[in-house]
Amino acid sequence: MTTTVHLSVQTDDFDPALEQARLSDNAAVGGVVTFTGLVRDNNLDDHVSGLYLEHYPGMTESALQTIIDEASERWSLYAVSVIHRVGQLHPTDRIVFVGTASAHRQDAFAACDFIMDYLKTRAPFWKKETTPEGDRWIEERQSDKDAAQRWQG
Amino acid sequence: MMKVLFFASYREQLNCNELMLSADEQPATLSELRKQLSEKGDDWREVMEDGRTLVAVNQAMTRRDAELKDGDEVAFFPPVTGG
Repeated sequence: MTTTVHLSVQTDDFDPALEQARLSDNAAVGGVVTFTGLVRDNNLDDHVSGLYLEHYPGMTESALQTIIDEASERWSLYAVSVIHRVGQLHPTDRIVFVGTASAHRQDAFAACDFIMDYLKTRAPFWKKETTPEGDRWIEERQSDKDAAQRWQG
Repeated sequence: MMKVLFFASYREQLNCNELMLSADEQPATLSELRKQLSEKGDDWREVMEDGRTLVAVNQAMTRRDAELKDGDEVAFFPPVTGG
């Protein structure tokens, strides 16, 4: 099955409705699953007023493409959309979008979940948050590593 | 020339985002590069010996000791936290 892919790393905001329409633009599609990640105003009991996203230009796009390719091999997908924002963001801003379209919902749900889990552990993005105590880089979370691990074996 | 890149907290800790190694400074393997960079000082040794440090050679992650050649781009970075 040919999977139509839309992949973007960008500073600008995105429109989830537009992505939903893009994923739905195929009469063979029976289910579309989308995930939108937002910037929270708190982390580790501290107020967060800003979030800066750094990435590795060039590698970021190829790492995301590899993750999408792996998802397309595991599940039957008509379309995949991945958008990740970089630069300075603030609470309530959209930060990441993952959407998957398939004939049946199970493939779309699993692939969307898989892409998010792998994105959090394999794509070169780093978050730095602004708190009342100053700026700090966000440490990796064991729960993210565990979530990615469950897709192996 | 060989390009060596550092990202996020490592870039700040080392106060360096990019190093260019000339032909006579280029190591033959990734482990030799780590050793060479460790000798630049305590901060460098800390980053190179941190078991969580991730490495990409020519923009592909590698977990093994890799052979390096002229024109390669090697990047060191902390665990990723996107999403």
